[in-house]
Amino acid sequence: MSNQWVEVCHVDEIDEEDVIRFDHQQKTYAVYRSHNSEYFATDGLCTHEKIHLADGLVMDFIIECPKHNGRFDYRNGKALNAPACINLKTYPVKVEGGMVLLDTQGSGV
Amino acid sequence: MNQHEAMLIVGAGHAGGRAALTLRESGFTGPVVLIGDESHLPYERPPLSKALLKGESSLQDCSLFSEASFMASGIEHRSGVRVTGIDAERHQVTLDSGVTLGYRQLLLAMGGTSRSLDFSGRQFSNVHYLRTFDEAIGLQQRLKPGTRLLVVGGGFIGLEVASTARDRGCEVTVLEAGPRLAARALPERLSDALLTLHRRKGVMIHLGAQIEGIQGEGRVDSVHLVSGERVMCDELLVGIGMQPNLELARAAGLATGSGIRVDRFLQTSAPDIYAAGDVCEFQRSDGEFHRQETWRNAEAQGRLAALNMLGQRQVFSTVPGFWSDHYEFGLQTVGTLAPNACVIERELADAGFLLLYLDSTARLQGASGWGIGNSIAKDIKLCERLIESQVVLPLDSLAHVSVSLKGLLRGAHA
Repeated sequence: MSNQWVEVCHVDEIDEEDVIRFDHQQKTYAVYRSHNSEYFATDGLCTHEKIHLADGLVMDFIIECPKHNGRFDYRNGKALNAPACINLKTYPVKVEGGMVLLDTQGSGV
Repeated sequence: MNQHEAMLIVGAGHAGGRAALTLRESGFTGPVVLIGDESHLPYERPPLSKALLKGESSLQDCSLFSEASFMASGIEHRSGVRVTGIDAERHQVTLDSGVTLGYRQLLLAMGGTSRSLDFSGRQFSNVHYLRTFDEAIGLQQRLKPGTRLLVVGGGFIGLEVASTARDRGCEVTVLEAGPRLAARALPERLSDALLTLHRRKGVMIHLGAQIEGIQGEGRVDSVHLVSGERVMCDELLVGIGMQPNLELARAAGLATGSGIRVDRFLQTSAPDIYAAGDVCEFQRSDGEFHRQETWRNAEAQGRLAALNMLGQRQVFSTVPGFWSDHYEFGLQTVGTLAPNACVIERELADAGFLLLYLDSTARLQGASGWGIGNSIAKDIKLCERLIESQVVLPLDSLAHVSVSLKGLLRGAHA
């Protein structure tokens, strides 16, 4: 499938070591900026009970679900502890001209 | 001498289900028997008063297992069954059918029963309680636009149902006997926020309400208050708390207080018997016995009890916490909110706030906050880590949101 890069936001619109919600064409994503300003994206809803991950806490490369404390490595989507047991889908992200872009068709790790 | 093989779990709720799963995930391949009086596979209860009652989620969405994963687990689920006796000496339990089952290790996770309102023996078809999936579905079918719902009890169950019912277009009245809402669990600031929000959303709330009499034949038509007011209703929800199911443990001679008493490893006073979840009363590090009725407690204790049933000796030390959702707002609490604590408030966006509870050495013991959606979650999670790290916090600047909680935590680790 061909790439489908969409613009998410300006690089500064996500704080360091934080996450924002990004909705696009009936889908919701979580877009992360790590403490060393690398950008990543995953599905926006926790695989446990469909809670928006963007309200969760980012520490290092880990996002913690705002309700049930399920944790994921947002670089590869790996579920790290129960109740989260299904991995998050990830999406390729790139920075161009000061903007963060996400490939909605890209299959991540 | 205990020659039995099975891990037996009495109570197929969240704690019991999590324990069964953990036994398997930890590599236990022997028999695991999960006994419960409901007909469903174990499920999480928070959605019962929220998404499930709204019709936005299904039993499957809150289930701990999918049918397929449950089949694959090889866990034996005895549903619709009650345990009538425990013989700690012989390591066996008796079921209501008369059958006895032996156990190697036993977990008591039978939760509690809704505290009932005294109707002087009269039966009413429009009175609801909310603790099980079946009760939630029963209530959901009655909450139609225009339905007059009367909620007795201004605690979490009552208020979350009030919120859901308003969203569904019902007319809602809440009667609370105490001077403020959810007083047992929340600081006054949060009770006030709930009161303001629910009233703004059109809920009629009576504080200090005492019921004088109940009118109706077969159905409650109206409730008279001592104050002289009369509240008409189509449906009535009773949300006045729960009582832990202690009869079995007491009859078996186990130590009990307000719950089944356990040590730091969640083991009861009898060998090879553990307790977890709403029914379990554990001793905190300050020596006080505590019972918790929360998702987080069921999850953490169910898991830890299972590990210790397998011979690990892990100490239960999870920081307590809970959340509650009302309309577009949510509250969360973590740690202990001691009445003698020094409380510092941080003002947040959209009328949100965070209360920090510090001890006399300026270390965080608890936090409680309020905000749109789950917006308070990040701060509460940072507070949990600050409680665990017991870093000394700057009292004079802590109220300013420009002082980052993450920064304070990172400073502690630097």
